[in-house]
Amino acid sequence: MPIVESNDVTDPNPMTSTAATATASAAPEPAVLVLEDGRIFRGTSYGATGTALGEAVFATGMTGYQETITDPSYARQLVVQTAPHIGNTGVNKDDAESRRIWVAGYIVREAARRPSNWRSERSLDEELAEQGVVGIQGVDTRAITRHLREHKTMRAGIFSGDAVGTDKELLDAVLASAPMEGSRLAEEVSVDEAYIVEPKDWGWDGEPRFTIAAIDLGIKRMTPIRFAERGVRVHVLPATATLADVQAVNPDGFFMSNGPGDPATADNQVKLLRSVLDEKIPYFGICFGNQILGRALGFGTYKLRYGHRGINQPVMDRRTGKVEITSQNHGFAVDAPLEGATQAPEERFGRVEVSHVSLNDDVVEGLSCLDIPAFSVQYHPEAASGPHDAAYLFDRFIDLMADAAPKSAAAATTSTESKTEDKK
Amino acid sequence: MPKRTDLKSVLVIGSGPIVIGQAAEFDYSGTQALRVLKEEGLRVILVNSNPATIMTDPEFADATYIEPITPEVVEKIIAKERPDAVLPTLGGQTALNTAIALDKNGVLEKYNVELIGANIAAIELGEDREKFKGVVERCGAESARSHIIHTIDEALAAAEDLGYPMVVRPSFTMGGLGSGLAYDESDLRRIVGQGLQYSPTSEVLLEESILGWKEYELEMMRDKNDNVVVVCSIENFDPVGVHTGDSITVAPALTLTDREYQRLRDISIAVIREVGVDTGGCNIQFAVEPSTGRVVVIEMNPRVSRSSALASKATGFAIAKIATKLSLGYTLDEIPNDITQKTPASFEPTLDYVVVKVPRFAFEKFPAADPTLTTTMKSVGEAMAMGRNFTEALQKALRSLEQKGSQLDFSHVPEWEVAELIEKAKRPTTERLHQVQRALLGGATVEQLFEATKIDPWYLDQLQLLNEISAEIRRAAALTPEMLTRAKRHGFSDEQIGALTHNSEDVVRGVRQALGIRPVYKTVDTCAAEFAAYTPYHYSSYDEEDEVALHAKPSILILGSGPNRIGQGIEFDYSCVHASMALRKAGYETVMVNCNPETVSTDYDISTRLYFEPLTLEDVLEVIAAEERTGGVMGVFVQLGGQTPLKLAQQLADAGVPILGTSPEAIDLAEHRGAFSRVLDKGGLISPKNGTAVSFDDAKKIADEIGYPVLVRPSYVLGGRGMEIVYDEPNLSRYIANATEITPDHPVLIDRFLEDAVEIDVDALYDGTEMYLGGIMEHIEEAGIHSGDSACVLPPITLGNNVLERVRAATLAIAEGVGVRGLINIQFALASDVLYVLEANPRASRTVPFVSKATGVQMAKAAALIGTGVTINQLRSAYKMLPETGDGSTLPLDAPVSVKEAVLPFSRFRTMEGKVVDSLLGPEMRSTGEVMGIDKHFDTAFAKSQAAANNALPTEGKIFVSVANRDKRSVIMGVKRLSDLGFEIVSTGGTADVLRRNGIQATPVRKVAEGSSAEGEGTIADLIVAGEIDMVFNTPSGGEARSDGYELRAAATSIGVPCITTVAEFNAAVQAIEAQRTYEWSVTSLQEHAASLAASQNAAQAAAGVPQNA
Repeated sequence: MPIVESNDVTDPNPMTSTAATATASAAPEPAVLVLEDGRIFRGTSYGATGTALGEAVFATGMTGYQETITDPSYARQLVVQTAPHIGNTGVNKDDAESRRIWVAGYIVREAARRPSNWRSERSLDEELAEQGVVGIQGVDTRAITRHLREHKTMRAGIFSGDAVGTDKELLDAVLASAPMEGSRLAEEVSVDEAYIVEPKDWGWDGEPRFTIAAIDLGIKRMTPIRFAERGVRVHVLPATATLADVQAVNPDGFFMSNGPGDPATADNQVKLLRSVLDEKIPYFGICFGNQILGRALGFGTYKLRYGHRGINQPVMDRRTGKVEITSQNHGFAVDAPLEGATQAPEERFGRVEVSHVSLNDDVVEGLSCLDIPAFSVQYHPEAASGPHDAAYLFDRFIDLMADAAPKSAAAATTSTESKTEDKK
Repeated sequence: MPKRTDLKSVLVIGSGPIVIGQAAEFDYSGTQALRVLKEEGLRVILVNSNPATIMTDPEFADATYIEPITPEVVEKIIAKERPDAVLPTLGGQTALNTAIALDKNGVLEKYNVELIGANIAAIELGEDREKFKGVVERCGAESARSHIIHTIDEALAAAEDLGYPMVVRPSFTMGGLGSGLAYDESDLRRIVGQGLQYSPTSEVLLEESILGWKEYELEMMRDKNDNVVVVCSIENFDPVGVHTGDSITVAPALTLTDREYQRLRDISIAVIREVGVDTGGCNIQFAVEPSTGRVVVIEMNPRVSRSSALASKATGFAIAKIATKLSLGYTLDEIPNDITQKTPASFEPTLDYVVVKVPRFAFEKFPAADPTLTTTMKSVGEAMAMGRNFTEALQKALRSLEQKGSQLDFSHVPEWEVAELIEKAKRPTTERLHQVQRALLGGATVEQLFEATKIDPWYLDQLQLLNEISAEIRRAAALTPEMLTRAKRHGFSDEQIGALTHNSEDVVRGVRQALGIRPVYKTVDTCAAEFAAYTPYHYSSYDEEDEVALHAKPSILILGSGPNRIGQGIEFDYSCVHASMALRKAGYETVMVNCNPETVSTDYDISTRLYFEPLTLEDVLEVIAAEERTGGVMGVFVQLGGQTPLKLAQQLADAGVPILGTSPEAIDLAEHRGAFSRVLDKGGLISPKNGTAVSFDDAKKIADEIGYPVLVRPSYVLGGRGMEIVYDEPNLSRYIANATEITPDHPVLIDRFLEDAVEIDVDALYDGTEMYLGGIMEHIEEAGIHSGDSACVLPPITLGNNVLERVRAATLAIAEGVGVRGLINIQFALASDVLYVLEANPRASRTVPFVSKATGVQMAKAAALIGTGVTINQLRSAYKMLPETGDGSTLPLDAPVSVKEAVLPFSRFRTMEGKVVDSLLGPEMRSTGEVMGIDKHFDTAFAKSQAAANNALPTEGKIFVSVANRDKRSVIMGVKRLSDLGFEIVSTGGTADVLRRNGIQATPVRKVAEGSSAEGEGTIADLIVAGEIDMVFNTPSGGEARSDGYELRAAATSIGVPCITTVAEFNAAVQAIEAQRTYEWSVTSLQEHAASLAASQNAAQAAAGVPQNA
């Protein structure tokens, strides 16, 4: 199976530059998790020893830890896994969602001693250690989760081995680290060079039906695959791409991916999207791409108390009234009126409606433009990890391109002919 | 889209008696359903023959029919009640089959009744193996590959495709005859060769073997808008080959990557849509090949199932409640999640803990049965535990089983034993977990055990981890905080740590508590703490943060009854639930402690707080401590959950815990022989002559003194375990030698056995001054058959007033003498008009729910209030919980007659040779459940009870009679009556001679011992198997005839023909058969019975000049 390998795998980790000394530990050493508000949890080290600083967030998926740690949207975050056992199925080549582990630090209750799965190639512990990711195990992850829920996500640090100092020193280090608000990270996780994902490599027989330009703001490997399976050729472009770069691939559609950081800092991408929308090129955005559409339309974004990170999140598609169980990973959300069609503050884009909404807390989970061919969702229809309920959105985008793009009308077919949703 | 407005009344079909494979979980789901339907304002009609259920409490439905769940009876109920709809998906396979029958025979159409929660087409697609294979294929998934063959050559060709081993199943044979597993070509030639012979169509199905694959199950919900969610994934510790109900299971699945899990989820959703499950729950089982990940769909259940109950308890997602709402037209997003209150039910629960369920077996009750675990379920109950990791949950679950040896044993394993353990572990039995763990402890590798068992290496490694920790504990210089913390985090009990460190459990506990190493209590919240939880549903873990909230009032703890087992089942859960309801209503905060996922008591909204915990002293003391530190404890009820909590009474009292109701001293008075005989003496009562022996010489002396036959049993008895009637000295010697370990601490009790005595059971309440006699039950079978296996009738049908008076006086004397505060159950025997006291149990009994249903008085609720100091007088006058005057011993003559009948599991158990085990009744209890028949008179009530017990008596046909010499006199009248009614009587040997001399034309048939004749005339066993006999009446005798009797009872049991083994029951059956032929059955709800009983009592009082209750 081809793997999206377009960037330097050994690229140094910009997010944990606050000092991970990558040494795999034989016997577990003491490790400490220090939260910004002074709460401390003590456990033992997991993966690499050293220091990891970042924003502490919790993720509730019971499966998919490998996808989670390799999801670029988790860059500079210390991820608490609420699932009780982590590492049971080891790690393998196929399930990585990007070229490396992105979580800045990893917090688990019970780490597997021995992986067991027919696809396992090595243990998670080894993988974390090799990639210099500092983790902690044996802590009360539920207590940490409850704390984050009640006191909102906050900065934190994991310290192990020689990095363990006095509690005061550790807390000072946490307080000196950068907050997530105002962080511009997409460019840091994005690829430097463009690459192409071809439908024929993903089970599509025949000529591609459409070509799209996809901006990598932290794109997950599965996203272009979901397009390719449906006969869509994907030009993955760096986060710094310009309108000219986009137009150079002559796309039928334009896509912006998920990614880390504060959407309020993504002025360049907002500008790019506005210019693409002005060209009437159909647009689809996922996650960060949803927030950028929101901003392009003139809405604001805001930080959620503790975010949505899990694979059990119910969302209603207001067009059909159906509920889909979705994979989510977002700490920010779009601030748009929930009810009915409203005029976009950027008036030239016409009317917009909130197409999808979280049933847990009424957060905006999708936007749909009524007068221009553009829509986006805050969650992850590519679903790696997570359920495949929202895979129809890729078909919806294909329909949008088919309706909007007379130039490739010959190639256009309806989405009902698309390949099965889940080849892999 | 809100709920439908066109439905005004719904008939819910229950699941009937507790049997293996269909147990208390359906009371849990049914009760939830009834509560929802009532809340939604519908008129609710229920049919269920099981009186021990909460769902058959009159308050849960508008019309409660305790009637046999047969299409004929349900039709009568439909004709009478005219419901708009029938809800059949919450009553197990019984309800579903009944609904299918009602559809097929046109009843639903005739009365214009809609089936909700399921549709017939979907049920058929889900249940028909061949059709289901088509479904799976259309969903793009695989079933196990198979070929149908008619010749050996075809079989060999098929083998090329399927590979060995291979399952061979001849078509259209009974009970799996000729099936087998072929490991190579010679096996295949042999088994297929026989199979082609056995199959009437010379057809054999060959299927690829998926034995040893990983097994998973997904619990799903779907609403009418096609929203589908997975409630829970469950992974079997035991690979394919062991029934899920007999396997250790784990939730969530722990050894799947997300891709593999999502593949199962995708298939499940496609299947539920393709099958067309409209609304509600279903589950789908998968096998996954461990080396390749290939997925095969095994089967689906298009209804709420045993696993649904487990999934509900494991996740907090109330499957039955939500399924019921969906059937009324709600969608998942319209139903709030009770636990978070703010979020909807249209989500998938996520767990931050591990759930382990372990089965509880009863093979000791069936010594002849083959203990190999197969795809036929044999466990009688289960315990579930939660922990923050697998090891903690597993060890908690194992100690929840409350069986000797259920906890893992870390004592030294000699090297020579390792190979033997590995060899033994190849065959799945109840011992396999222990064999595997001990083999690892003895030095075997995970790879060796994986090879032998195919248990996933991850789980094997977890057992290895426990072994390593046991070594650390053993090596520790002292009970250090580090060692104790580590041990506790992996679920070691104080007792296990004590055994490893040569300390007593108490010492370990003392040190541990002094070091502050205590469990915290986490909350089951469906969402891994993403949202705040509003339901205090807790489990313990040795982790950091405690979540028990402060409470304003001191709490009352109710200790439940643990896993269901023969002798202690759902009846005790009934009493616990009633107590909790009554106490909450009276304004108390109640706390339930239990570990049985099948029960109503472990539903999170029955009590103020629920602790899902083992019922050992250690675990209970920690719960009490948690309650103490968050607001105080008023006291603990130990008298409701059976022996499980009762045996903790003294230790809890010693620890300073207030015991509510009957005191530990009083309990001891009733349980201790010497003390109890003084109570009897004081009351002028007698018990059968008895003695206590610690050696054979002792025993012989006692038996000689009191005379044979004697009843012998170990001093510590549950459900008649190890009890036997011994007729002579050689047998006494055998019993003492084999059956018991005799020590001065564990003596053998020897009682005179009263032959031909009438056994009487009484349940009563006592508050210290006044007694309320709940009911007097007359057993149908004579004394000597365990009371739990005997049918009984209330009010008594052959006991005179004078006897009832004596029973009443004796009950009062015992209640007073023992010092009961609350419930007491006493068993009497009446022999030659002398009343003997057999035993007294100062606790809720198995019969409390039956008495409550039969008399309309809620005994357990009353007992709970007595425990808080309320008097019987107050219960009569102020609480209106007991009748103002009179009690269960003064029922009017026109009161309805209720019969309780036991349901026995013999057909589940096979001997090593593959035959059914013997169905003879004896002093050891073996029934798993019970049913009730209620009607105006005994004969019809008895007939109903037999029909309800799946043992419907014939109204015509052939009856086989063969009785022991001592019974020949007493059966003539009955057999004559049947003959006069037109039955053909078939008989053998001496019985046939006796019948003929009495003018009964009995057709002689060959005995089993005689074998088939040269002309091919079969024996009686052959006739029974061929379905030519409609009822078997056989009483056992000693010697050669005994084996003959076994053969024909086994034949009857294996094909489900009624088989009567006592004269008393035969005579009752004759009455019932005649009644069935004479009267049309009518159906009457409990509410109607109660109203007519009240009217009759009022009339009687008015006649007697007693002022009437307004």
